[in-house]
Amino acid sequence: MSRRTIEIALVVVGLALCTLAYLGKKNVQGWHSGFEFSPTTSQIVIGLIGLSLVWILVRTLQDKAVGRRTVFLYVGIAIALPLFMSIDQDIVISENTRHVYESLGELPPGSKVLVSFDYDPASSPELQPMAEAFLAECFRRDLKVIMVALWAPGAIQANIALDTVRARLGLDTTELVYGEDYCNLGYQAGREFVIQRMGTSFEAMFGTDVRGTPYRQIPLVRNVRNFSDINYAFNISAGFPGTVEWVQVAVSRFGLKLGAGNTAVQAPQVYPYLRAGQLQGLLAGINGAAEFEKLIGLKAVATTYMLAQTFAHLIVIAFIIIGNIAYFRGERETKLRGRTQ
Amino acid sequence: MDHLGLWLAGLLTLGIYSFLYRDNPWYKVSEAIFVGVSAGYWVVYEYWQNFVGKFWDQKGDQPWLWIGAALGLMMLMRLIPKIGWISRWPLSFIIGATSGLWLMLYLTTNCIAQVEATIFPLFGADFDASAIAIFSNFVLVAGTICGVVYFFFSKAHTGAFGATARVGIWTIMITFGAMFALTIMNRMSLLIGRTSFIFGEWLGLLR
Amino acid sequence: MRRTVPLLITGIVGVVFVVSYFIPHKPFSNLNDWFSDWFSIVAACAIVLGSLNLILISSQKVARRKEDWGYAVVIIVCFLITVIAGIAGGRGYQNTGTAFEWLYRYLYVSLSSTMYAILAFYVASASYRAFRARNIEATMLLVAAFLVMLGRVPIGDVITQFLPEGARISDFQQWIMDFPQTAGQRAIMIGIALGLTSTSLRVILGIERSHLGGGD
Repeated sequence: MSRRTIEIALVVVGLALCTLAYLGKKNVQGWHSGFEFSPTTSQIVIGLIGLSLVWILVRTLQDKAVGRRTVFLYVGIAIALPLFMSIDQDIVISENTRHVYESLGELPPGSKVLVSFDYDPASSPELQPMAEAFLAECFRRDLKVIMVALWAPGAIQANIALDTVRARLGLDTTELVYGEDYCNLGYQAGREFVIQRMGTSFEAMFGTDVRGTPYRQIPLVRNVRNFSDINYAFNISAGFPGTVEWVQVAVSRFGLKLGAGNTAVQAPQVYPYLRAGQLQGLLAGINGAAEFEKLIGLKAVATTYMLAQTFAHLIVIAFIIIGNIAYFRGERETKLRGRTQ
Repeated sequence: MDHLGLWLAGLLTLGIYSFLYRDNPWYKVSEAIFVGVSAGYWVVYEYWQNFVGKFWDQKGDQPWLWIGAALGLMMLMRLIPKIGWISRWPLSFIIGATSGLWLMLYLTTNCIAQVEATIFPLFGADFDASAIAIFSNFVLVAGTICGVVYFFFSKAHTGAFGATARVGIWTIMITFGAMFALTIMNRMSLLIGRTSFIFGEWLGLLR
Repeated sequence: MRRTVPLLITGIVGVVFVVSYFIPHKPFSNLNDWFSDWFSIVAACAIVLGSLNLILISSQKVARRKEDWGYAVVIIVCFLITVIAGIAGGRGYQNTGTAFEWLYRYLYVSLSSTMYAILAFYVASASYRAFRARNIEATMLLVAAFLVMLGRVPIGDVITQFLPEGARISDFQQWIMDFPQTAGQRAIMIGIALGLTSTSLRVILGIERSHLGGGD
C-alpha cells in the first residue's frame, strides 16, 4: 500500500469519526444511548481478534515481520472493541485493597480524612476512578474530607472527582456542604517540604482554599492544626512527589496513618512500605480501583475498563510469545546451518 | 461551549494519535498547544496558590516569608544573563535543603526501617508459621540480602560470594518482571481511558 | 561572593535540616519551618522560571524566523490565553465553569493524557520485537511478568479455576509481589538510600559542588 493511499485512508477515517460525532450530538434516534455487542457478536469479535493473532504468528514464522504500524492498528482496535462488550468478570479482591476499605470502616462518623491528589490528567484514567470510589465511600460513611495536592493539576482533579461523586450519589449542595463535609485546600509547591510544614501547621502552608477562602474561615479545618488532628490519610499518587514522600515525612516523622492509591507503574516501589507496616493498604492501578468499587458495591469506570484491560494483557502476552517463537526458530535454523556447513 | 470543548478535545486527541503514523503538522500543532497551555497553567497556579495564597496573604503574620520572596526573585534573575549568577543563591538553598532533608528521610525510612523490617522471626514468633509462610519469609530475607550483596560489593563474583550475587540478580530479575508487567498495565489503562473518551464522550457510541 | 556564599548557604541549610531531626525544638524547629516556607516559594519561582524561559526561547524563534517558528507562535498564543484566563478568573479561577477550568478540562486533560496513552502502542510493539528469553535471567523476568500480568486481571483465575483456591494465578501473582518482588525492591531501596545519604553528605560538606557550575 502506498503512503498516499494510507494517508487518504487516515483522512477518511478521521472525517468518518467527525461525522459520527456530529450525528451523535444531533442525537439522531436516541443515538446517545450508545450500543453494546450482543453475546454472540462479542464471541465473534473475540474469535476474530484471536484469528488475527494467528495471522500475525504465521506471518512472523514466514520471516515476514509484521510492521510497526500494523501492530499499532491492531492494538488500537483490539482495545477499543471490548469497550462495546458486556461480559461479567469476577474481580478478585486483594488484601491490600481490603486494608484500605477496612481502615475507613474503623473510623467513627465525623472523622477527618486527608486526601492528597498527587497526579495529573496523564494518569487520570487509572487514578480518577480510584479517587471517585474513595470519596464516595468517605461520604457514605459520613467522614469529613480535607483535600490537598502536591501536584498542581491535583486540585482540579479533586473538583472533577467531587462533581462526579455528587452526581453519582445524587447529593446536592445542601446534603454535602462545602467547608463542613469537605474542603479543597488546593495545591502548594515544594514537594516533601509541603508535607514537612504541614507537620507543624496546615495553615502556614495553605493560607486559603481553592476558592480563596481564608483557612480560619473554613469550619472543617478551623481546628485542624497539623497531622495530629487527622484520623486517616489517603494519598493518590502517580509519582514524585507522592506516596514515597508521604511515607517518609508524614508517617515516619509525624506518625500519620496512611493508605495509598497508586498507578500500576509506581505500585511495586511502595510494596516494601506495606511489608514494613508503614502503609495501611494500597490500591494498585486500575484493578485496585475495580476491587475497591466491588467492595463498596459500585459498578463504575474501573470495573467497565477491566475487560479491555484483560484483552490488553492477553495481546501483549501473545505478542511476546509470538516474538519468542520466531526467535527460537531462527536460532535453531542458525544452529542447523552451522552444522551442515 | 461544552460542545466546542468536546470537539476540540476529540480533534486534539486524534492529532496526538496521528504521530503513530508519522510526525506531521496536525501533531505538531497539538503538541504546541499542549506546551503553551501547560506553561501558562503553571504560571497561573503558582501566581494564585503560591504568590498570592502563600506569600501575599500571609506576609503580615509571617514576616520571614519576605526572605523566601527575595530568594524567589533571585531565582528569576536567571532570565537576565548579566546578573544570572545571583540565581546560584536560591539554587544553593534548594540543594542544601533537599540534601539535608533527604539525608535523614532516606536514611530513616528507606534504609533503617527497611533493614528493621527484614529482621523478623522466620519460623513465626512461636514456631507456628506454616511451611509456605516459612519459605516465603526465607525468600524475602534471602532475596533482600542477596540483592544488597549484588549491588554493593564490587569484588569479583566468584565462589560463595558469586552464588549469593547470582541469587541477588534472580531476585532483581523477578522484581523487574513484576515492574514490567505493571508498566504494561499502566500504559494500557491510559490508552483504554483515551479510547473510552473518543468512543464514549466524543462520539457517544458507548453505553 | 559567587561561590563562597552559595557553599555556605548549602551547608548551613543542610545542617539545620539534619540537626532539627535530633533537636526538634527552638531555634531549629523554627528554622525548619521557615526554610520549608521559603522552599515552597523558591520552588514556585523555579517553575515560573521554566515557563518564562520557554516563552523567551519561543519568542526568539519567532523573531529570528527559525525553522518551525509557526508552532512557536501557537505556543505563545496558548500561553497568553491560559495566563489571561487564569489571572482574570480571580481567586476562584479553577472552580467548575470558569474559563480556566474549561481550558484545563478540554485542552490540557486531552493532550496530557493522550501524550502518555500513545506509549501503550510502543510498549506493545517493543514486546513483539525485542522481548526475548535469551538466557535464564531474561526467562525469569518473562515468567514473572506473565504471571503478574495474568494474575492481575480476572482471566487469570478463569484459566486456573480447576486449581484449589489459594493456588490460582492471582495468588501466585500476589505472592510474587509480596515476597520476591518486595525483596528486590527493598534491596534497591536500601541501595538508593545509602547512595543518597553519602551524596547528601558530600553536598552539605561542600565536597560535591557541581551544582554551582563554572565561573567565580
